[in-house]
Amino acid sequence: MSSASIAYNRRITHRLHPLPVRIMHWINAVAMLIMITSGWGIYNDDVIIRGLHFAKFLRLGDWAAWSLNWHFAGMWLLAINGLIYLIYGVATGRLRERLLPIRVSELIHTVRETLHFRLEHGDITTYNAVQKLLYIVVIFAGISQVVTGLAIWKPVQFSGLVSLLGGFQSARVLHFVGMAVIFGFLVVHVLLALLVPRTIWAMLAGGPSVSQHDRNDKATQS
Amino acid sequence: MKSRFRPNRLPDPAVLDDYLPLIKSLERRGLIRGGISLGALAMLTGCDVERPASVEAALLAISRFNDKVQALLFNPNKLAPTYPASMILKPPKFNAYYDVMDVKPVDGAKWRLELSGLIADKRPWTIRDLQALPQRTIVIKHICVEGWSYIGGWSGVPFRTFLEYVGADLRAKYVAFKTADNYPSSIDMASALHPQTLLATEYAGETLADPFGYPMRLRTAVKLGYKNPKWVTAIEVTNKYPGGYWESRGFPWFAGL
Repeated sequence: MSSASIAYNRRITHRLHPLPVRIMHWINAVAMLIMITSGWGIYNDDVIIRGLHFAKFLRLGDWAAWSLNWHFAGMWLLAINGLIYLIYGVATGRLRERLLPIRVSELIHTVRETLHFRLEHGDITTYNAVQKLLYIVVIFAGISQVVTGLAIWKPVQFSGLVSLLGGFQSARVLHFVGMAVIFGFLVVHVLLALLVPRTIWAMLAGGPSVSQHDRNDKATQS
Repeated sequence: MKSRFRPNRLPDPAVLDDYLPLIKSLERRGLIRGGISLGALAMLTGCDVERPASVEAALLAISRFNDKVQALLFNPNKLAPTYPASMILKPPKFNAYYDVMDVKPVDGAKWRLELSGLIADKRPWTIRDLQALPQRTIVIKHICVEGWSYIGGWSGVPFRTFLEYVGADLRAKYVAFKTADNYPSSIDMASALHPQTLLATEYAGETLADPFGYPMRLRTAVKLGYKNPKWVTAIEVTNKYPGGYWESRGFPWFAGL
């Protein structure tokens, strides 16, 4: 058997977003909304930024006790779903394949194109450098939220982690900053998805068929 | 028959056309119908529209599950960080379900600590009795569920010492508190026996001031602030879930740090 045919056999054709990814994406969407809006309810009782309060219609839970209960229920959904997503993404190679490599030249190019409103979105099966970077940032922000959340939930049991984060109040601020990063991502993410509705349909129905190693081949050729 | 309320000179009928949309929106039947269905919806949920009874029940079930997870995460030998006395905040931060102006001071001379439940010697205690037991001072962080925190210095009898002295059943599940300000509270036995759990009678080396629980309050480094009842008047050791003031209003019971 020639090496070419082995390479051919290794090319598995699948949908742009396989079913597990779609399920985990929408579970995460719900979990993130629960965590962010209930977090705003908890935040209001002792604000970090003076003057910044979250209006009642933005908050999950009619007062702090129920915002807390939503937060401590949603954390399981977020953490378990997120953990399975990371294991799946690493085990199938999807994370590496979709998000790496990011080249600085590509990054500068995409930013320049975006500023000239010339952003290419004909092909939704590949991410540009900015998209890759944003997805990596939001994944790390999600992990960071779990870590800082654990620190402020159990500051005595995980006192080592708390001092690593610079103390309880600092961990609390970092937890707030993580929320802001994820919320900022969410705004851009939803806005761009609405601008190119095919991407929303793809995340529901699976999107076009792609061969897993196509992009890798292209990368080695270029 | 002409109504007595009918004006002699009728207004221009065109006025009705001009305000038709407004009149429609104010239609009484619609308002009543809407009111009834909203009421029916509220009744259906058993609570209010914002927090349906089924959602509330599910959240409380998860909260009870989280209590068990927290008990598993709790390491009875893990000590909370302590700080130098120079970092103690004076006076401490006041917090209760009412304003500091509404604090009703307790007369220390008349004060008695009542004991009940799974305790061998249930004789009531005076403040002098408590002071005769070995004392301990801890400088620890007070963390409120709201998010704020401060460093405080507390002295008193280690709760473990007290429970052992009165012959409490240390295998019981709960220790419950009654207070002079009607703020029932309870903690798990493992947290009660933690070395940084005190029946505190002093703050920063001085007798507790009235707003902070004189003559005696619970102070534990392993629970959120609301699990530290002030002006404690009775202690019960029990296996029956005692709940607490905020817990009966939805807050988590374990609330361990």
